[in-house]
Amino acid sequence: MSDKKVILKVRNLTKEFKIRAQKFGEQPQILHALTDVSVDIYEGETLGIIGESGCGKSTFGKCLVQLHKATAGSVEYDGRNIFELKKEDLKNLKRDIQMVFQDPFSSLDPRMTAGKLVEEPMIVHKVVTDKAERSRKALELLQTVGLDVQHVHRYPHEFSGGQRQRINVARALALNPKLIVCDEPVSALDVSIQAQVLNLFNQLQKEYNLTYVFISHDLSVIKHISDRIAIMYLGRIVELCDANSIYENPLHPYTQALLSAIPPESPFEKRERIVLSGEIPSPIGEQKGCPLAKRCPKCMERCKTDAPQLKDVGDGHHVACFLFDDK
Amino acid sequence: MAKQKNTATAEVLGAEAHSQLIKRERRANNVWNKLRRNKTAMIGLVIVVFMMLMAILAPLIATHDPNAIKPSETYLSFGEKGHIFGTDEFGRDLFSRIVYGARVSLIAAIGGTVVGAIIGILLGLLSGYLGGAVDAVIMRLMDGMLAFPFVLLAIILMTILGSGLPNVILAIGIGNVPSFARVVRGQVHIVKNEEYCNAGRVLGVSNIRMLFRHILPNTISPIIVYATLNVAGAIISEATLSFLGLGISQPTASWGNILRAGKDCLNTAPHIATISGIFILITVLGFNLFGDGVRDVLDPKMKK
Repeated sequence: MSDKKVILKVRNLTKEFKIRAQKFGEQPQILHALTDVSVDIYEGETLGIIGESGCGKSTFGKCLVQLHKATAGSVEYDGRNIFELKKEDLKNLKRDIQMVFQDPFSSLDPRMTAGKLVEEPMIVHKVVTDKAERSRKALELLQTVGLDVQHVHRYPHEFSGGQRQRINVARALALNPKLIVCDEPVSALDVSIQAQVLNLFNQLQKEYNLTYVFISHDLSVIKHISDRIAIMYLGRIVELCDANSIYENPLHPYTQALLSAIPPESPFEKRERIVLSGEIPSPIGEQKGCPLAKRCPKCMERCKTDAPQLKDVGDGHHVACFLFDDK
Repeated sequence: MAKQKNTATAEVLGAEAHSQLIKRERRANNVWNKLRRNKTAMIGLVIVVFMMLMAILAPLIATHDPNAIKPSETYLSFGEKGHIFGTDEFGRDLFSRIVYGARVSLIAAIGGTVVGAIIGILLGLLSGYLGGAVDAVIMRLMDGMLAFPFVLLAIILMTILGSGLPNVILAIGIGNVPSFARVVRGQVHIVKNEEYCNAGRVLGVSNIRMLFRHILPNTISPIIVYATLNVAGAIISEATLSFLGLGISQPTASWGNILRAGKDCLNTAPHIATISGIFILITVLGFNLFGDGVRDVLDPKMKK
């Protein structure tokens, strides 16, 4: 662990959305999408982020690439808070942090050919100014992601979902980024194609020494690709540790319940299914206590009033639960 | 199936040739070829092209000088003394006047639409993209203009500007700005929240580039459709203005002021008003048919 360099230092990242009042005179309500998220992202690793829908995974990703403006907290890159960067620095930052979007059907401009789409980042950042050189480089990138010369002049609607996601990846790679935020890049794809695209991600990581923040709701996808996994629940990271140990030794009650939902591989294997009763509490309005308090089988008095912080319990295994407070 | 076939041809021809093949295939399936298969659109196009040719080639087609007055030969009927459509109250050859009038009417209509489209598109883009206070101010202004009936608005403008072709173009253009701005703004609202615009923001695309490279191209088809259909309305607008005596003034011929002249002698020489009216009707019909066809091709979702 110690030899790894921290590339992105996320501290107390909080994002709140104001919900406009439905009725006249009503106070606008606040949706807490992200609360106090702190995590270090190491160079060259894949940080998997997993959680159920509405837990703030995508919001986290979008805050990192500044599609959402964070309400509070900081994200440090190269020793500087990215939310405080101005014009030129901000543009340079965008070269280093790129994103692959969830929906391959809507994230490509339908009026641009694959070649043009990949060239665009180079035009915007004036990386390659020569036209012929640029289209050659675009072709090269398309070839790296497994497309070829016959695809250059095609429009997005002429591609399949997997191919479009490849174009997305090629576009993200065009600027030689250090970090790519992948917002559920395979959830819109067929299972067989998911595997291809995931392998592509793995291969590119080795080739370009990329760091991924990989957001997904699919446990098996996350297991396949991640070095470390962060489990999110209702806008907080509840557990963060190495990919392997989280499957072997989940600590947080929510993680235990989540992992027990994976169907056993053998029909003879007995596995106890932990079922959390009740619904996810609403993220709208004031948040008090541990978000899991009402559903947690091991809930204590304290959980109802205080929110636990993410704490290291050894071996880089972080967990946010009072059960492990004394350790 | 199709994909298999594609890869098969790619193997036979090689990737480069295959890429050329796809290029050619796309050309065969482009807007023009789709339009060509649409019969009503082609009828419309033929009418439009016919009228435009007539306007362009006016000096070659016209049999007489359109402004030459001949007091001895007033109110002649069809075909009399070599005047195909007869003559008007000053003895001017009506056929030549209609042919030259096509110039003025079409220039006024198309020019007006273009002026309206350019201003309207810019306002719509700004308003839709920036939102907030800018949006509110621009759109309320447009609402205010829409609240005036077009003719009233045009009368006000023409009184301020004075008559003449450039002013007619300007008046029709300004009258068309609000509806263009609305069409564009609505589209921009849809497009700017698309994921590919977010993707552009992540890449660090500037606002100007975003507007003109991503948002405008994706809003252009409804704009083209609206503009084509709008030309038909603009022809009527020009005719209305000239009919009211505010547009093109005599002796310059335009279909509107021929109609106006014909109004005074409907009992004695009905052919003057009829002929100019028919030309307005046919041209408007042509632009409408063509516009409908363009809409079917560019914007199939708009079809009811």
